[in-house]
Amino acid sequence: MADLHLTQVRKCFGNVDIIKGIDLAIRHGEFIVFVGPSGCGKSTLLRMIAGLEEISSGEITIGGRVVNDLPPKERSIAMVFQSYALFPHMTVRDNIAFGLTIAGEPRKEIDAKVADAARILKLDALLDRKPSQLSGGQRQRVAIGRAIVRNPDVFLFDEPLSNLDAALRVNTRAEIAKLHRDLGATMIYVTHDQVEAMTLADRIAVLDGGVVRQFGAPMDLYRYPDNLFVAGFIGSPKMNFIPVKALSVSADTITLNAEGLDALTVAAKGAEILPGTALTLGIRPEHITISHGATPRHQGSVVLLERLGHQIFIEVATLGGHSVTALIDGEEEVELGHTVGLTYDASKCHLFDKNADSLRL
Amino acid sequence: MSYIKRDRRAAWYMLAPALLMIGVFIVLPFLMSVILSFTDQRLVPNPNVPTSFIGWRNYVRLAEDGDFLNAFWRTATFTILVVPLQSVMGLGAALLINTKLPMRNLFRGIYFLPTVISMVVVSVIWSSLYQREGFFNYAVTALSFGAVQPIDWLQNPYTAMPALVLLSAWQGFPFQMVVYLAGLQGISQELYEAARIEGANRWQEFWHVTMPGLRNTHILVAITTTIFAFKLFTQVQLLTQGGPSSVTDTLVRVMYMQGFRQGKVGVGAAAAVVFFLLVLGISLVQRLLVKEERAIQ
Repeated sequence: MADLHLTQVRKCFGNVDIIKGIDLAIRHGEFIVFVGPSGCGKSTLLRMIAGLEEISSGEITIGGRVVNDLPPKERSIAMVFQSYALFPHMTVRDNIAFGLTIAGEPRKEIDAKVADAARILKLDALLDRKPSQLSGGQRQRVAIGRAIVRNPDVFLFDEPLSNLDAALRVNTRAEIAKLHRDLGATMIYVTHDQVEAMTLADRIAVLDGGVVRQFGAPMDLYRYPDNLFVAGFIGSPKMNFIPVKALSVSADTITLNAEGLDALTVAAKGAEILPGTALTLGIRPEHITISHGATPRHQGSVVLLERLGHQIFIEVATLGGHSVTALIDGEEEVELGHTVGLTYDASKCHLFDKNADSLRL
Repeated sequence: MSYIKRDRRAAWYMLAPALLMIGVFIVLPFLMSVILSFTDQRLVPNPNVPTSFIGWRNYVRLAEDGDFLNAFWRTATFTILVVPLQSVMGLGAALLINTKLPMRNLFRGIYFLPTVISMVVVSVIWSSLYQREGFFNYAVTALSFGAVQPIDWLQNPYTAMPALVLLSAWQGFPFQMVVYLAGLQGISQELYEAARIEGANRWQEFWHVTMPGLRNTHILVAITTTIFAFKLFTQVQLLTQGGPSSVTDTLVRVMYMQGFRQGKVGVGAAAAVVFFLLVLGISLVQRLLVKEERAIQ
């Protein structure tokens, strides 16, 4: 069993802390995605797990074994690089077989394993080609093949789809997901693309500034973000953030308003909030509708309108001077410049305090 | 006038100075050599005997001239010895200064010194090292506990050529080092990391990542070093004058002796043309090899 545990893992380059004490417990067979903006430390963290980067303090265990001081080859890991990192002078076959060959495995076994991997990845016909004769997607599959044949406990992927075009990215993403189902191995996948994170992960670790801002199942992160950062990072189009004031509070509700926004009551921890406190209201574009007849909730004029067919993407400049984006029904009759009233689904509203933490109950 | 035409004209203006220089100092002298190689031109013309075209006679004379052929083989021997030695020294030094050792920039500078120093100066210094009382004899005597007596390195027919090879390799290797350093820095760091993940040790990394990654660099280094080696002249002229018993006489020195010492400019020019064709041949081989590599990558 290849559980992977990170305990207070840190990395400093000189005086600069890149990874500021990360704790993660990853179960055998899980597909974990590290996601975050560039410079958040996600790749560094992956490289520390791989053994390509020393850790400054803390402990990493794989399958119960502390691997802090072990070289990569003794960690039972395999890694797929963003640039594929295929050896250009070797054929596909030799690339896939590289690790086994230098480990001195018998030729017969190597051939069998390579054939197996080639079949899984549909590389059979390409085994005698050089990497330069392959497309980006094929190269990526070879890199994955090189990882598979060594039968590692943990697969590490460092932004493996970044160099592929959009269509190929979707395909390869599906292939990686299938591979995970077939192999049942622990996989850690680094990306800055939250769509990849949402579609692939069993659990996502959202990193920012060298710390894990939230670790959980994709839909938990979407539904219950712990803080403004996660709320803004997960979900596309992005969640709207509207500055509001608490009008009245109870233990489990907060009623709030803003200029142009009618009083809205949201379930939230109100115990420590005083009336008049400035808060941030978060509402996803897909949870906003156009109000008809009844009192409009938040008034503004349409400044951008994109018809997507089944939906319309609009941007509304509200009276308070804020811009709110909404994904509304494709049949709604809105025009550019029209004044509209937006209704926010109170059960889907998020409230954040001045520390950017969620006030979820 | 279309902008393309204007651009072309501007390009020609910018190329003109370089083209002029190359034309006057390289192309024209070479064409004159070709013409002279078919004449019996003397260095100091005799007013009573006008210069005349003599067809291929200079070339025939070279082909039958034992000295010229011997010089060719000796130059080839020098090349065969110096190219591998110099390349290995260059690669070794490049590998050393490509590491993240402290003060590596200082070492880069120090290693590069020999090439910056004029070959004349280097020859003078090394001639003293090779003397009977010089460093090499001291070292040989000390290391053999007196069993080996001092050798006159540059006057001994068996050691004169190796002595020149060693000196030349030392003076020339920093050039190869710089080329190799550029080659090393062109190899993606991720390839090394991938190799480490796959379990490669340092030696396997060198063998499976560094060496293949330097393929084009190897070709470039081998060819340029070969061409440099074929041009061997200065150190020979200064240290051995082709001796002892002509064992260090080289192609360029024969050219020089024919043209300027014996005054047979026509023969010297023919030797120069043959030499040019030789170098051209080597360059074409390089082009072929590199092209082949490009087709693969």
